[in-house]
Amino acid sequence: MAEQPREQPRRTWRPSLGTGRPQGPQPTTAQARRRLRALVGQLRPARGQLIAAALLALLGVALVAQVRSTDEVGLTQLRQSELVALLDDASARVDALQDEVRQLEDDKEQLQGQEGDEAAARAAQERLNSYSILAGTVPVEGPGISVYVNDPAGMMTQTMLLDAIQELRDAGAEAIQIGNQRVVASSYVGMDEDGAVTLDGTTLVPPYRIIAIGDSHTLAGAMAIPGGFSDSLRGAGGAVQVVESESLVVDALHEAAEPRYAQPVPPTTEP
Amino acid sequence: MIPVLGLVLGVVLGLVVSPEVPLWLQPYLPIAVIAALDAVFGAARAALEGIFNDRVFVISFLSNVVVAALIVFLGNQLGVGAQLSTGVVVVLGLRIFSNVAAIRRHLLGA
Repeated sequence: MAEQPREQPRRTWRPSLGTGRPQGPQPTTAQARRRLRALVGQLRPARGQLIAAALLALLGVALVAQVRSTDEVGLTQLRQSELVALLDDASARVDALQDEVRQLEDDKEQLQGQEGDEAAARAAQERLNSYSILAGTVPVEGPGISVYVNDPAGMMTQTMLLDAIQELRDAGAEAIQIGNQRVVASSYVGMDEDGAVTLDGTTLVPPYRIIAIGDSHTLAGAMAIPGGFSDSLRGAGGAVQVVESESLVVDALHEAAEPRYAQPVPPTTEP
Repeated sequence: MIPVLGLVLGVVLGLVVSPEVPLWLQPYLPIAVIAALDAVFGAARAALEGIFNDRVFVISFLSNVVVAALIVFLGNQLGVGAQLSTGVVVVLGLRIFSNVAAIRRHLLGA
C-alpha cells in the first residue's frame, strides 16, 4: 500500500454493529476511486500484496472445496424438519419397494412352481421311458449286434444261453431279443421235455437270431470271448455269426404282469 | 490487483485439484470461509479509506478464521453448535453487509 495512514483526530468510541475495525477517515468518492484505480493498476509485488494474495488463494481453495463438499454431503446441512421429511419419503418409498419385492417374489414362486411341474413331468417321462425299456414293454431301436445262431443238432445247453445273456448284459446291452422273445429282468431259461432250451417257457427253435442293443463293438467283443457263448457253441457243432449294425430294432414285447406279492416300501421322511 | 489474482488462482486451483475436505475440518470450514470473507471485505474497505495495513489484514484474517473455528468447536462441545454457528454467520454476514455498503458509498457516493 502506497498510502500511509494519515494522522487523524482521536475519535471517541462509538458502538458500531457490524464493523469491528477502526473507522478510517471518510474519503470522498473521487479519493476512493483514485485509490481503487491505484490498487488495480498496482502490479509491483509488494510484501503486503503477496501475503494478501496468498491468503486469498487459500480462501479460494477453501471456498471451492466447501461448495463441492456441500454439494456432495447435503444431509448434514439440513434442518431437523427437512431430515424428518426426507426420512418419511424414504420410508414410504421403502414400503412401496418392499411391497413390489413381495409381489415379484410371489410371481417368481408361481412361475418356478409351473416350471417345476414341467420339469417333474419331463423327469417322469424320462423315467417312464427307461423303465419301459427295462421292462421290455416298448420296442426300441439303436446300434447293436445281431447274432445268428444255427444249432440243428440241439447241442446248446441252458448254461450256454445264460452265458450268452450274461455276456451281453455285461457288455452293456440295454435291450435283448432272442428269437421272438424279449429278454427282461424276470426272463428265465429252462428246458422242455425233449431237452430243448426254452426261454420264458417257450422253446427256442433254431435257427434264430439274438439282437442286442448297445455299443456294437463292445457287444461283438463280448461275443468273441474265448470259452464264451460263441466259442462253446461252435465247439459243440453249432454255427454262430455275429454282425455289428448301426441300427437295429428290438420289436418283441414283454407283457409286464402286475406283481402279486412284492409291494414298494412307502418312502420314509427320515433317512 | 495481485490479491485478486491470488483469489482467482485459488479458485482455479480448487476447481482443478478439487481437494477433499477432511472430516475433522468439515464443521469448521464453512464458518472459517465466512470469517475470511469478512476479513477480505474489511480489507477492501480499509484500502479504499487509505488505512489498509498488511499486518492488520493478515492478523485479522487469521484471527477471524481461528476464532470462528473455536466458536464452532465450543458450540459443538456444548451441544449448541448449530445455533452458535447460525449466530456467527449472522454476525459475520452483518459485518460483510456493512463493509460492502461502505465500499459502495465510497465508490458510488450513494
